[in-house]
Amino acid sequence: MLRLAPWLIVTLLVGPILAGLAMALLPAFGYLPALGGHGFSLDPWRQLLAQPGLARSVGVSFTSGLVTTAISLAVVVLFLAGVSGSRLDRWIRRLVAPLLSIPHAAAAFGLAFLIAPSGLLSRLVSPGLTGWERPPDVLIVQDPWGLSLMAGLIIKEIPFLLLMCLAALPQIDPERRVAMARSLGYRPTTAWLKVVTPSLYPLIRLPVFAVIAYATSVVDVALILGPTLPPTLAVSILVWFNDPDLSRRFMASAGAVLQLGVTAAALIAWWCLERLVARLGRQWLARGGRGNGDSPLRLAGKGLIGLATLTAFAGIAGLALYSVAAFWRFPDALPQGLTAAHWLRALPALSGPVATTALIAIGATLIALALTLAALENEQRTGRQPAQGRLLSALTLLYLPLIVPQIAFLFGLVVVMESLGTRPTHALVIFGHLLFVLPYVFLSLAESYRRFDPRWSQLALSLGTSRNGAFWRVRLPMLLAPMLTAAAVGLAVSIGQYLPTLLLGAGRVPTVTTEAVSLAAGGNRRVIGVWAMVQASLPLVGFIIAVGLPRLLWGNRRDMRGSP
Amino acid sequence: MSTGHRLVLDEVRLVLAGSTLLELDAEIGPGEVFTVMGPSGSGKSTLLAYLAGFLAPAFQASGRVLLDDSDITRLPAERRGIGLLFQDPLLFPHLSVAGNLRFGMPRAMPDKAARVETALAQVGLAGFGPRDPATLSGGQKARVALMRLLLSAPRAVLLDEPFSKLDRQLRHDMRRLVFDRLREAGLPSLLVTHDREDAEDAGGRVIELGQ
Repeated sequence: MLRLAPWLIVTLLVGPILAGLAMALLPAFGYLPALGGHGFSLDPWRQLLAQPGLARSVGVSFTSGLVTTAISLAVVVLFLAGVSGSRLDRWIRRLVAPLLSIPHAAAAFGLAFLIAPSGLLSRLVSPGLTGWERPPDVLIVQDPWGLSLMAGLIIKEIPFLLLMCLAALPQIDPERRVAMARSLGYRPTTAWLKVVTPSLYPLIRLPVFAVIAYATSVVDVALILGPTLPPTLAVSILVWFNDPDLSRRFMASAGAVLQLGVTAAALIAWWCLERLVARLGRQWLARGGRGNGDSPLRLAGKGLIGLATLTAFAGIAGLALYSVAAFWRFPDALPQGLTAAHWLRALPALSGPVATTALIAIGATLIALALTLAALENEQRTGRQPAQGRLLSALTLLYLPLIVPQIAFLFGLVVVMESLGTRPTHALVIFGHLLFVLPYVFLSLAESYRRFDPRWSQLALSLGTSRNGAFWRVRLPMLLAPMLTAAAVGLAVSIGQYLPTLLLGAGRVPTVTTEAVSLAAGGNRRVIGVWAMVQASLPLVGFIIAVGLPRLLWGNRRDMRGSP
Repeated sequence: MSTGHRLVLDEVRLVLAGSTLLELDAEIGPGEVFTVMGPSGSGKSTLLAYLAGFLAPAFQASGRVLLDDSDITRLPAERRGIGLLFQDPLLFPHLSVAGNLRFGMPRAMPDKAARVETALAQVGLAGFGPRDPATLSGGQKARVALMRLLLSAPRAVLLDEPFSKLDRQLRHDMRRLVFDRLREAGLPSLLVTHDREDAEDAGGRVIELGQ
């Protein structure tokens, strides 16, 4: 049974993606018998290219992918290069981790509430500094250049990349490298950039690619912060796909293929940038400058990551404030009173989606956890460690659902499901979430599972316990803490999913996330505040359990309290 | 446990990537401690892994291992009846001291609680059963690990430099305790070490590898 686990995982991840891509490709060239497309033609493409504003949609998608990734990565690298172990540094690190658990949509709403013309920032400086008595008539949120969209993505991608870097760093022993470079006269931040970054980047390349793919094709954040006339390519595709006129699905499929091309183009552009930066970097290294601009670099890293973190938290605080705000006139910095009315009114409507969200998240996470444990245990028993670093290793397959744009294959998958006669159910949505939950659960558990001292299991076996006994009685309890963390990550990923829920549930499986995002168009900030707060706090429940349960269970076992 | 056991290494040969790492032919009688000495890289730990049933797939082995005249060469680790004592005591951190001792006891063994209490008293740890292993001193942990091994009723024992991490005074006491107990139980033991004093205290035959 265990031996099947790795194959099951690969099939589960690769199968739906290939099937989905195929079923996007065929209709894109006119073939979809269910809708009367029996021959191949280029009509869908002609229709697509005739759409007004298509070039602009593509442009915004492409640029926001590259800009978001470049800025997030630069901020993270600068911050890490300037880390000196001070209290401020530790505080920033500790604050960044919970940011990762906040769903993209909630963070986007928070940012929107902060920077909108009538948002918190403008209230704080009005009318004192600006003289505004009423909100200025400027388009800040949903600006046509996609700047607010990029800002919203950057806030969320910084914690992701930071965590990936922190996980990779111990492998390359940065302290000794920096110490060596400093003994040769390099200033600390310059030393880090020159001797650590070149080894760090290859280790975080796949996560960086995932960020590019995500930022070029995101739907929920783009619905909240992205431009509207025209929207980003991914949002346009969604609109065409949901058009009551079913013949527009051909064009939507062509759009999905175009989206695949846009993401691929962004990845290729990034690859060229990598080459360029590597070449310039080599010259910079060879010149041997010891770092005259060291402190500005360090300050920039700290300042930027601090700004991003602060913005995210201020946004969440704004959501909370709006959700309990009574009457709130424009230039007032604070509402005239607090009220529970919005919460009480939303409560009856909340319970259903909350239960659905929890059911789907728990289902997908449990399946992912079981598959992950089976695959990792199989790896231990056969004594085969996966090849790392090779491009076509199992790890790359794990990243496949994170690098192929969701919107490019999910439509095709829906078409496949429809033609198989599968009705939209919770099970189908769980299956869809599994595609994205599984990679994250696997990636977050694999490291501690593989590093677990093999002598513990050997000892258990030499004491006469069976292999299964050693797994259940030794490995599982001793790895409980990292397992619960992986589960919490899985829950957070599932709770934040918008597109898979919407498409595979055919809009009939409402979760907190789909409901919250659908409120974006309405613009009732109090209601949005309530729903976004619920969406942001659900993943926290998982993390609180992950931290609390081991302490509760192992309260009188000192060596079990730290993470093993 | 008083009836002695006998461990036989019949023309054991370990090969890594075509070159022979180690060849050994030995018979270890009841209560005897057979010492294998050698620098790191000489194949000591590979020998232990082979005997215990954890040989990594990269190695090839030929020869047989007999325990009380039955061939255990192909048995999985948990059915060999060979106990292990590592450098570290490796008390399971999620179990109490008593839980650690019970972990290895055969399922059908009667009076488990009484046996645990007796075993703890024998090494001067009476009443330590409910304690968290993390609160024990290094020497106490080592003694619990020894009793856990003995309570699992092995038929032979492998010792992987079990004294190297103890300080000098403790090391001497621990050696006496371990070797006395193993002799009492009539267990054939194989000790790998690079400490000559270990070999002298063991008082059995010594062979040196890698020369």
